[in-house]
Amino acid sequence: MRLAAVTAETLALGLTPGLTLADARARSPGLRVADHTPEDDALELGRILADFGRFSPMVALDPPHGLALDVTGCAHLFGGEAGLVAAVTARAAHWRLATRTALARTPETARALARFGPGGIVAPGGDAAAVAGLPVAALELDPRDLQALRRAGLRTVGDVDRRPHAALAARFGASLPDRLDRLTGRIDVRITPHRPPPPVRADRVLAEPITGEDQVLAVLADLLGEATGALEARGEGARRLVLTLYRVDGQARALAVTTARPGRDPGALLRLFRERLAALAVPLEAGFGFEQLSLAAEATAPLAPTQTETRTGLEPPGADPAALAALVDRLSARLGPGAVLRLEPVASHLPERAVRLRPALVTGGGPAADLAPDDDDAPDDAPGDPPGRPLQLFDPPQPVEATALAPDSPPAAFRWRRVTHRVVRAEGPERIAAEWWRTPRARPRDYYRVEDEEGRRFWLFRAGAYGETPPPRWYVHGLFA
Amino acid sequence: MPAPSLAPVPDDQSSLAALRDRLAALEPQSRPADGGFGPAWPGLDPRLGQLRRDALHEVRAAEPRHAVAAAGFGLGLACLARGGDPDPLVWVLETRAEAEIGALYGPGLQAWGLDPAAVLLVRAARPEALLAAGEEALRSGAAGAVLMTAWGDGRAFSLTASRRLALAAEAGGRAGLLVRAGLPAAAPDGTSAAETRWRIRPAPSTAPPPPGPPPPLGLAARAPGRPAFRAALFRSRAGIAPAEWIMEWDRAARAFVAPTPSGGLVSVPADRPAGAAQRRPGRRAA
Repeated sequence: MRLAAVTAETLALGLTPGLTLADARARSPGLRVADHTPEDDALELGRILADFGRFSPMVALDPPHGLALDVTGCAHLFGGEAGLVAAVTARAAHWRLATRTALARTPETARALARFGPGGIVAPGGDAAAVAGLPVAALELDPRDLQALRRAGLRTVGDVDRRPHAALAARFGASLPDRLDRLTGRIDVRITPHRPPPPVRADRVLAEPITGEDQVLAVLADLLGEATGALEARGEGARRLVLTLYRVDGQARALAVTTARPGRDPGALLRLFRERLAALAVPLEAGFGFEQLSLAAEATAPLAPTQTETRTGLEPPGADPAALAALVDRLSARLGPGAVLRLEPVASHLPERAVRLRPALVTGGGPAADLAPDDDDAPDDAPGDPPGRPLQLFDPPQPVEATALAPDSPPAAFRWRRVTHRVVRAEGPERIAAEWWRTPRARPRDYYRVEDEEGRRFWLFRAGAYGETPPPRWYVHGLFA
Repeated sequence: MPAPSLAPVPDDQSSLAALRDRLAALEPQSRPADGGFGPAWPGLDPRLGQLRRDALHEVRAAEPRHAVAAAGFGLGLACLARGGDPDPLVWVLETRAEAEIGALYGPGLQAWGLDPAAVLLVRAARPEALLAAGEEALRSGAAGAVLMTAWGDGRAFSLTASRRLALAAEAGGRAGLLVRAGLPAAAPDGTSAAETRWRIRPAPSTAPPPPGPPPPLGLAARAPGRPAFRAALFRSRAGIAPAEWIMEWDRAARAFVAPTPSGGLVSVPADRPAGAAQRRPGRRAA
């Protein structure tokens, strides 16, 4: 067993990573040891990554054990670059991390300065000078190539850079001049963020943490004004908005609102967020307060500006898709997207599979699909016929005890939920075979529409036929009006 | 010559008419401006066919086992209220009822005569959520009609709640139908701000046996007819006298009709043999 990582004090005692545990214990008997669990470390790093999303929408892991943040345009929120670096260091101290930070014009320069140099903030244009003093280890080459460079007398990155690049390429390969260009900032390779940045994002860093819901809504109204202004400039409307609330103690809570159609009306969106807050299953806990709120429009769609018309009241009433979509949005925000549904036909002759429910948010508030007017699987009812399908369907069908006088005839009486019904009228059988490609062993069903003495109408079926083993079973599948 | 007097000498009839107009303007509208909706056929009280479109109407199931009949009657009234409006029918249902009477079935709506694509389903877990969603849908005016099927005798269904729904229906200009099922038979009616209140039972079919020779087994295999209801109107703010009617739903006409002896079966043309009336073998009982 070897040491994977050591603290600064341990390093001062002369114990380095790579030493065997027995040797280390021999040198320093009072050594405290903990297991190295890379998976837990990775999870923790993921959590830290999520927390540092408050500084910039573009964050990425910088292996090993590092984070890269692209803070272009974010510094003003924290009082300039120095304030940003101080905030990042404070945040890291909160996670009990010892850090070295560096802020430079390109990600590679910053990485080299943080890992191999003193860190700090590099003024624009000073990248090459700052990097020149770094040891050649900052080039992160093969150990043999580094050894060769040192033997040649090149000890700093500046020394290597002053040599003609063509000769370096001939000796060490084309990757060395490329690496030099990246380090000195001549080539700018951007980081690949952990998650793609949202098209529109508005942040508020609060001087004093807020706790109340009405305060949150007030800040949210501000953020919505800013975000909708940005959306309007892009000619887009938001379809999904996420409000992230960052607590003082590091936890973040995200609330999402989805709309059926793209929109950028701040009042309507605020109302949706209000409904979402009112309908939260786990209430919003502020802890010591929220110190930062961030609103991101994660999904947008083009939305042309519409001119508001004056309504004279003489227009004929017609389908107003915008009003219906707004109603769907409000109901979905209050009851959940799975509660507002449209009916969609499914091509199946099994009654229980003939229809499907889809959330109305997905269909944009309108009907789910063009219902085929002449569906082959639906019974051929003439207009004057009574309904062939019941208004209500049981899932699964409920077993009943029934007696029929002849193998093919409808039941004469049946017993359901401890009540015996005497059948006065009946129609059938309508045979619906099982879907042999899905359930090869299922039995065909003979459906009957029956009416009892009171006038209640049931949709019964018999699975299997008399004379078979196992004997057929009767079920009530649905109720007619 | 004296100038003609500007104010005509009032006689009793015109002053009475003027007084009636003033009173009508002060009272809330009990006659709808657009003719209203409702069951109408010759011989029926014409006021039944003129129920207000921008009001709440309540339908109750007489017994807990008559829940589906009440829902069907409510659906029929909602279809009438919606008329030819392209706006969808918003159906707010309480999920507690599904264990008792099953879930709403799309092809059943089609068999009823209503295009399932024109229905927006809202599933509410509790009565309060159902009433709030119904109010929201009524107030928005984006629905053709709002049908709410509630279950049980909850305290949420108070006079205040019905008044809120009635006001929302008036604000949005659309009809609200509140169907209450799962109530014990002896439950009191309570007060409600609904325009009309109905109590529903299913009615037996009156369809005659189909044409053709009687079935060989001697079983009276008569087919059930159209949906039939025994509807009792027990409260009406327009002053219709409480009475009970038997109505059937005709899905071709999309209206309630009086029960006819023919039961609505299409008559067979005289010059075709009776056997040709069967379209699909096995569709009807032998």
